[in-house]
Amino acid sequence: MLTAIDMERFNAALAPSAAALESMNAKISVRDFDFFYGSAKVLHGITLDIPDRQVTALIGPSGCGKSTFIRSINRMNDIIPNARAKGTISIDGRAIYSSDTDVVSLRRRVGMVFQKSNPFPKSIYDNIAYGLRIGGMRNRRELNNVVERSLIRAALWDEVKDRLNESAFALSGGQQQRLCIARALAVDPEVLLMDEPASALDPIATTKIEELIWDLKVNYTIVIVTHNMQQAARVSDRTAFFMLGRLVEYADTKTIFMNPKEKMTEDYVTGRFG
Amino acid sequence: MQRHFDRDIEDLKDLLLRMGAMVEDAITQSIRALLERDTPLAEEVIGNDSRIDQMELEIDRLTLELIAKMQPAAVDLRFVAAIMKITPELERIADLAQDVCERVIELNREPPLKPMVAIPHLAQDAQTMVRQALDAFVRGDATLARQVIKQDDVVDQQTEQSFRELLTYMLEDPRNISRAIRLTFIGKYFERMADGATNICEMVVYLVEGKMIKHTPVTQNP
Repeated sequence: MLTAIDMERFNAALAPSAAALESMNAKISVRDFDFFYGSAKVLHGITLDIPDRQVTALIGPSGCGKSTFIRSINRMNDIIPNARAKGTISIDGRAIYSSDTDVVSLRRRVGMVFQKSNPFPKSIYDNIAYGLRIGGMRNRRELNNVVERSLIRAALWDEVKDRLNESAFALSGGQQQRLCIARALAVDPEVLLMDEPASALDPIATTKIEELIWDLKVNYTIVIVTHNMQQAARVSDRTAFFMLGRLVEYADTKTIFMNPKEKMTEDYVTGRFG
Repeated sequence: MQRHFDRDIEDLKDLLLRMGAMVEDAITQSIRALLERDTPLAEEVIGNDSRIDQMELEIDRLTLELIAKMQPAAVDLRFVAAIMKITPELERIADLAQDVCERVIELNREPPLKPMVAIPHLAQDAQTMVRQALDAFVRGDATLARQVIKQDDVVDQQTEQSFRELLTYMLEDPRNISRAIRLTFIGKYFERMADGATNICEMVVYLVEGKMIKHTPVTQNP
């Protein structure tokens, strides 16, 4: 029989206290973050902490701002004309929108994988070696090592090790996506952003990507945008629900899917929306 | 937005209520069989139990199907979990009514012991708790659920009282012992029905509030 004290622990496990959240080791801290496309404000005062070496899922209906938000974390939105950010996003305590931020090195630390796999029209090997060569790595053996390590980490090595010189386009959709993950891992990032990484894949390839996410979080902080609610429930430790550019609720994934605090979250995760 | 899932939930709720109504009938009839020494009625209750068992299997099947197909979340998930916990409680309560009837048939083979005082009260209170537990579930009424849970202590006291009453009969005359023991069992069966109602109410609170209050003292559950 559970004692009253066990019960407290049980409830605490379901809904972590504010203190537990504060003690959480935040890799990425977002404070009062607004984002504009021209005069249109698409993110409103987002404040949240993304924990180190965990998977954080961003969910919400189309147009809720979750993609804009994830792209803000490596300043991918900078290339859009008239886009403007306000507020702060810090990684390891350093504000990434400050004027002295080197965006290229930021994007090396914060890798990104997109919905549609986008390998370069090159060999499997060169897809991964590309970023390394740009970074100045010339030594063949060193390159070989990193290519192999990256492919192993992306759970692709066994499937491609005998045909590294073939075109990346010869791979299946799921393999191409894992190749893109391997490419992102090659430059040794700390954070991995994934914008619907499995939405164009069949169930088997999807499962492989999800298993991979589980393995990768040992070494990387992962933020994933997904429209697949069950995927968010399966792979993530924490879930943030966005709606109309606002963060409605952010909590442990099990809280969001078992006992969300906000009516809006409940309506969304139960499909009562609209 | 009305979802397909809402219809499934309504269907499940209906089934559970029909099962609940059958269980309530079983309790009512077991009490009547006891008080009126009605052996045929007791036999009828025993005969009807398999229908309640079938109902349990049907609800289990639909619930599992719903989980597999719909992957419910949040309040839907808690609803499905509540159904899965409440159904076996109801089935067990029906079994207890059947047990009462088996003892009644045995008792009716001998002359009545003495006019009973505590057991009729106990039986009525247990029956009321089961009915209110089902009401609380239908209406999603956590306040009522908590009241029912508190009532369980009263039923426990009544069980104790009926035991003391029966003990005096046993001390009076050893020939009373077999009948008094059967009646003690009956008291215990009704007390277990009230426990079942309490368990149902705990799941109602979980369904409504997302809080698991099982195994916590009543004083900690305002």
